[in-house]
Amino acid sequence: MSLLEIRDLGVAIHGTPVLRDVAMSLGAGEVLGVIGESGSGKSMTALAVMGLLPRGAEARGEILLDGTDLRRLSEAQRCAIRGREVSMVFQEPMTALNPLQTIGAQVAETVRVHRATGRREAEAIARATLDRVGLPAERFPLGRYPHELSGGQRQRVVIAMAIALRPRVLVADEPTTALDVTTQAAILRLLRRLVDEDGLGLMLISHDLAVVADTADRLAIMRGGAVVEAGTAEEVFRERRHPYTRALFAASAHRPERLARLARTPLLEVRDLVREYRVARPGFFGGHDAFRAVRGVSFTIRHGESLGLVGESGCGKSTLTRAILGLEALQGGSVALEGEGVHAGEHMPRALRARMQVVFQDPYGSFNPRHRVARLVAEPFHLLDDPPRGAERREAVEAALEDVGLAPADADKFIHEFSGGQRQRIAIARALIIRPKLIILDEAVSALDVQVRAQILDLLADLSARYGLSYLFISHDLTVVRAITDRVMVMQAGEIVEEGRTEAVFAAPAHPYTRALLAAAPVLELSA
Amino acid sequence: MFRYALTRFVSLALSLVVASLLIFFMLEIVPGDPAAYMLGLNASPETVAALRTELGLDAGPVVRYLGWVSGMLTGDFGTSYTYRTPVAEMILDRIQVSLPLALLALALSTLIALPVGIWAASRRGSLADAGVMGATQLGVAVPNFWFAMLLVLVFAVQLRWFSAGGFPGWDAGLLAGLKALTLPAIALALPQASILARVMRSALLDTLGEDFIRTARAKGLTRGQALRRHAVRNALIPVLTIIGLQFSFLLAGAIIIENVFFLPGLGRLVFQAISQRDLVVVESVVMLLVFAVILVTFLVDLAYAAVDPRLRRPH
Repeated sequence: MSLLEIRDLGVAIHGTPVLRDVAMSLGAGEVLGVIGESGSGKSMTALAVMGLLPRGAEARGEILLDGTDLRRLSEAQRCAIRGREVSMVFQEPMTALNPLQTIGAQVAETVRVHRATGRREAEAIARATLDRVGLPAERFPLGRYPHELSGGQRQRVVIAMAIALRPRVLVADEPTTALDVTTQAAILRLLRRLVDEDGLGLMLISHDLAVVADTADRLAIMRGGAVVEAGTAEEVFRERRHPYTRALFAASAHRPERLARLARTPLLEVRDLVREYRVARPGFFGGHDAFRAVRGVSFTIRHGESLGLVGESGCGKSTLTRAILGLEALQGGSVALEGEGVHAGEHMPRALRARMQVVFQDPYGSFNPRHRVARLVAEPFHLLDDPPRGAERREAVEAALEDVGLAPADADKFIHEFSGGQRQRIAIARALIIRPKLIILDEAVSALDVQVRAQILDLLADLSARYGLSYLFISHDLTVVRAITDRVMVMQAGEIVEEGRTEAVFAAPAHPYTRALLAAAPVLELSA
Repeated sequence: MFRYALTRFVSLALSLVVASLLIFFMLEIVPGDPAAYMLGLNASPETVAALRTELGLDAGPVVRYLGWVSGMLTGDFGTSYTYRTPVAEMILDRIQVSLPLALLALALSTLIALPVGIWAASRRGSLADAGVMGATQLGVAVPNFWFAMLLVLVFAVQLRWFSAGGFPGWDAGLLAGLKALTLPAIALALPQASILARVMRSALLDTLGEDFIRTARAKGLTRGQALRRHAVRNALIPVLTIIGLQFSFLLAGAIIIENVFFLPGLGRLVFQAISQRDLVVVESVVMLLVFAVILVTFLVDLAYAAVDPRLRRPH
């Protein structure tokens, strides 16, 4: 019999069904990968296993742990199981820890909630567990606070809290999605090690096939609240019986057809760019120290070219982007668009700003929710000296919406009426409407599901061919960068450590950091 | 932590200097001669001249400002023109009533509000929650002097447990003093408690939606344990802010309640001094209140750091 067996699980929230007849099983020492796009019911399945469904949710079916139906237990009995027998790790490590308590106290709490141990003993277990997840005592004493740790380190603390009592089942809901590739690889290795050492059953939830592919023994593919295909990882990868599985695989590896013509003339020239920040003074009367976020970066983007920029969080990507856009004052070097200098502040002519537009990661956060799409898309018009008005303006908005594959009638809707992918299309329409030369895409497809992501990549390739657009494509996702760029730059600690034609860099990375990044990136083997 | 406290302290000192300059030169800018203003329209030029000399108005403004500040630093607040007594003595007299009253009201308000707010938040959407929200809405809306009159009617007139007003002085004993301050403190505390309970409730509800509460539940904590161990302290920052503001208000803003209960407090002193144009008293009391407010802000800042480790070291 399996360790964890889910049978006919159905969940409805205020009467609306979100899970239908979900069935999956997980054995001891096994990793069950649960894959699906947003809204497929992965997280709801996890919460149902934990017994932490949101208010208004009603469940039916069975969730058997060693043959005991968890759903029949009282809340008190479930509390006794949570954290001791069945634990959970969440997606967002930055907010998963209580900011006011030390990491030691939070790990020890798992022990003290379940066992009548003294403080000393609980702290000893906490110490041993933190050591186990790769947070040694010398660098990570129990008295550390969460804000003193990086995202990956915090995720290790969350994992330590979950495994302190050596539970039999660990549910990990997108545990690496918010992390950099190298950190992701390390966390996945850690989870796999715990499975092998403790005989833990791990339910690994992800939207990313590649992440699960290397780690999982069994797979369940979910869509619309139901499991569409399940089996051993090998089986599922080989057979791909369900059309949705095939579509998911195809989208994950999708490479848009790119027909843009590359001109010889440079569009954007960045020379020896330096950006420093003042940091807090070390002593009360000491001078300010400067932190160099960008240290002398130079590169060129040509007309019609798509240039990738990859690097881990904190490497200076965002600062560089802001400097190019003329939003940050430089401490050295220069930025020029078609030979015209870009300077932060009032000195930058609007006409110059109009030639560069940007699309950000969060398609919802970058729109005012109280304005209609027509107004949102027409926003960049204020950069023009003679913007179109009245019917002409409306036509421009409708044309821009049609360019990105939306209907002209969408102009009268509000942003909350659209899905994530559609919102990102609107963001692109907004960038496009004043016919810029360069669009900076800052993690623009990172929050999207794979199928939607594939469509947006196609759209970008198409727009580039039609309007001769250039892109600066910033992403932590190496697969996407490989699919959409001509050249790629790798950034580390404020410097470009490697630059070259995308295929050449991916095929034969020269710098050790590039090699480490590529090695850490999960790869989906499609030949299987 | 020490550096945080030090920077806070420096900003406190600077605020005090700016406030004293403002208060002094505001009265300086007022058109006309302070002495003539204090004496009214029918004063003879000789009396005005005499008062000018007495107040030291013949010296330049900078000299007088420095004299005023150094006087305050050594405890010399000048002499009241109306009462002919040292202002320091008058303030000391009144603060013996106002400070205990404000502290008592604040303690009452906090003791009522925090448990009520926590209780309502933990039963969100229930009848109990709705009841608390309704009652606090009423508490915010009804002015405190109305509560005061109601309390007097019930507890002084009907039940005769307390006297209807007046203050016997601390010489009459601690108990008698506290007894005289009880009804006014309750009247002051009720509206404040209503505001504070609502702030506590909404801050707690926000915190309960945070990811780390879900993490705590996943560890096996019950809903109540997660609330007590993880949510309450995280919700305290906005509550501390309101408590700080309330103390400043209670110290100076009790004029109406002091009048209802015939209490010789600071509020009444300022009120009388203004109506009698006793600028020496007004200036000093206002400066004292500003000092109290800034001091409370400083203490609240320290309390923030005590609650939140992220504030202890600057980033």
